[in-house]
Amino acid sequence: MATQILLKNIDVPGLTDIHVYKGLGGYSALEKALKNFTPDQVTEEVKKSGLRGRGGAGFPTGMKWGFIDKQSEKPRYLVCNYDESEPGTFKDRYIGELNPHQLIEGMIIGSYALGAKSAYIYIRGELFYVIKIIEKAIQEAYKNGLLGNNILGSDYSLDLYCHPGAGAYICGEETALLESLEGKRGNPRIKPPFPAIVGLYDCPTVVNNVETIAALPWIITNGSAAYSAIGIGNSKGTKLISACGHINKPGIYEIELGLPVEEFIYSDEYCGGIINGNKLKAVVAGGSSVPILPAELILKTAAGEPRLMSYESLAEGGFKTGTMMGSGGFIVMDHTTCIVKNLLTFARFYRHESCGQCSPCREGTSWMEKILMRIEGGQGTMKDIDLLVNIAKHVEGNTICPLGDAAAWPVASAILHFREEFEEHVKLQKCPF
Amino acid sequence: MQENNKVPEFNSETLDLIAQLIKRYPEGRQKSALLPVLHIAQAENQGWLSPGMMDYVALLLHIEPIEVYEVASFYSMYNLKPVGNCVIEVCQTGPCWLKGAENIVAHFESRLGIKSGETTADGKFTLKTVECLAACGTAPVIQVGTEYHENLTPEKIDQLLDQWNAENKISHTNPYL
Ligand SMILES: Cc1cc2nc3c(=O)[nH]c(=O)nc-3n(C[C@H](O)[C@H](O)[C@H](O)COP(=O)(O)O)c2cc1C
Ligand code: SF4
Ligand code: FES
Repeated sequence: MATQILLKNIDVPGLTDIHVYKGLGGYSALEKALKNFTPDQVTEEVKKSGLRGRGGAGFPTGMKWGFIDKQSEKPRYLVCNYDESEPGTFKDRYIGELNPHQLIEGMIIGSYALGAKSAYIYIRGELFYVIKIIEKAIQEAYKNGLLGNNILGSDYSLDLYCHPGAGAYICGEETALLESLEGKRGNPRIKPPFPAIVGLYDCPTVVNNVETIAALPWIITNGSAAYSAIGIGNSKGTKLISACGHINKPGIYEIELGLPVEEFIYSDEYCGGIINGNKLKAVVAGGSSVPILPAELILKTAAGEPRLMSYESLAEGGFKTGTMMGSGGFIVMDHTTCIVKNLLTFARFYRHESCGQCSPCREGTSWMEKILMRIEGGQGTMKDIDLLVNIAKHVEGNTICPLGDAAAWPVASAILHFREEFEEHVKLQKCPF
Repeated sequence: MQENNKVPEFNSETLDLIAQLIKRYPEGRQKSALLPVLHIAQAENQGWLSPGMMDYVALLLHIEPIEVYEVASFYSMYNLKPVGNCVIEVCQTGPCWLKGAENIVAHFESRLGIKSGETTADGKFTLKTVECLAACGTAPVIQVGTEYHENLTPEKIDQLLDQWNAENKISHTNPYL
C-alpha cells in the first residue's frame, strides 16, 4: 500500500470533529511550525520537500511562496483554490468533506510561512454542503485557540474564512478567482503582474490548491526529506487521482508518484480494470484539458517504456505521443466509447465556460462545438476535420489565460490519435456507435 | 413565480447573517460579499434574482445596481428568470455522459413531461442541464439545491420524484441556515 499522506485516517468515523482529529495527532504540525520554525524556515522545508502545486500546473510550491513580496507594507494573503471544476476532477471535494481540519491546519501553516493575517478558502458554490462542514470546523479551530489572536500562545494571529463561488469553471484560474473573491465577474487578469506581487485587493497573494495545502502538515511533521524520498525524478510525494469512466472501481486514490499507469488501471488496489472485461480504448489522464491518449500510448511511451504516473513520464513524447498530469482527473474510456461524442461534451463545456474576454477563445470554442455537433450528427465533411485542427491551432497560445489552450488540446489530440473515427462519422453520415 | 414589485426586505436574522458575511472582508471591500449575498437573496426570492432583488442587494452592499447585474449574469448558479419550486440540475459533461447522463435527462423529461430548460405547468419542477459537478466517480449525478444525488438510475429517479412530489420539495433554501 502506498504511503497515505492526504487520505490517512480518512475512514475514521467523526474525523470532522476537532477532538477526533487532534486525538490522531492533528494540529501537532502547526504547533511544531510555530515553536520550532521561523516563517522562512517553513518555506525552506516546503522548497526542499519538492512539493509541486496539485491544481494542475505542477509549479513548485516553495518557490512560488518565495516570490511573495515581503518588502511591501501591504497585507499578504493566502487563498486556497477549492474551485474544483475541471471535468474528471473530484478529489478536493473529499478532503473538505471528510477531513476539513487537515485543510485548515495546512492553511494556518501556509499563512504563517507567508505572514498572512487573513486567508480565504474559495470553494465552488455547488459544494455548499462542504462549505458548511468546513465552516463548522473553522469555528471549532477558533474555540481551540488555533485561529484568531495569538495562535497556541504564539505571537502569530490569523483569520480564516470560506467564500463560495457561484458556478464558473474559469474562477479556478487563479486571477479570475481573485476577481471573483472581490465580488466581480471571473475575468482572468493579464499577467504579469503575478498575484505574488499584485493579488487580492492589490496585495501580495499566493493561491494554492486544496491538495497542495493538505500536504503541508505531513511535511512539517515528518520533514522534507521524508516527503522527497517518495516519488520519482521531479515528481515527489503522493498525488490524489480521481478515477472515473469505464472502470470497475471509480473513486479517489492516493498514489506514490511513479506508479505504472498499467498497474493503476488494472490492479484491484486501484481502478480494478475495465468494466465488463471490455477493452481499454483511451484515457484522459489529467482532467478534460489534457491531451487524450489511445490505450497503447497511455500504457507505454512511444519508446516502449512503461508509462508512469509522474509529471515527467506522462508528458514524455510531448503533444505528439504524451499528455499531462494536470489535476489528476483520470477519465477512462472503453471500446464502446465514441471519441467524437465525448469530445463534443468537452467542447460544449469550454464554450459554456469561456469568459468571453478574448475573441479567439470566445469565437473558437463556439465554432469548434458547432462543427463537432455537425460531425457527430452526420452532416460533417472531411474539410470540417481539418477546419477543427486549424481553429484549435489558432486558439492555442493566443489568449489571456490558459483556458484557450485547455479547449484546443482535447480537440487537436483527439483528431491526432483518432482521425479515422472522425472520418468514419463523415463517410457514414452518422455516428457509428 | 410572479415578479412582485414591492421592494424586498430581509428579516433581521438574514440581515444579521449578511452583516456577519461582510465582516469577513477588509473595511471598504464589502463588495466581496456579493456572491454569498446573492446566494441568500436568490433563496429568499423563490429561487431567482429579480431586478428588484438585485437592486436591494446593491443597496445593502453600498454598490451600484449595475455591479450586481453584471455579476449575477456571469455565474451559472444565479437564475435571472423565475424557476419552479424544485430545480433539478443534471450533469451532462463527459464523465457523466460516459455513464449514461443522456438517459437520466430523458427519464426526467418523460416523467415530468417537459424538456430540459423548462418548468412544469404546476410550477413544481424545473429541469436544467449543468456542467461537471465534481462528482464524476459517482456518475451520473444531479444536484437539487445543496443536495447531491449520485449513481443515479431510472428507479432511483422515480423514487426521488415520488418523494419530492409528496413533500412539495423546495430546492431554494438559504444555504447558510
Ligand atoms: C481554466 C482554469 C481552471 C483552473 N481550475 C483550477 C481548479 O479548479 N483548482 C485549482 O486548484 N487550480 C485550478 N487552476 C490552476 C490555478 O490557476 C492555479 O495554478 C492553482 O490554483 C495554483 O495552485 P497550486 O500551485 O497549488 O496548484 C485552473 C487554471 C485554469 C487556467
Ligand atoms: S482564454 Fe477564454 S477564458 Fe481565458 S480570458 Fe480569454 S476568453 Fe476568458
Ligand atoms: S462530469 Fe458529471 S460530475 Fe463530473
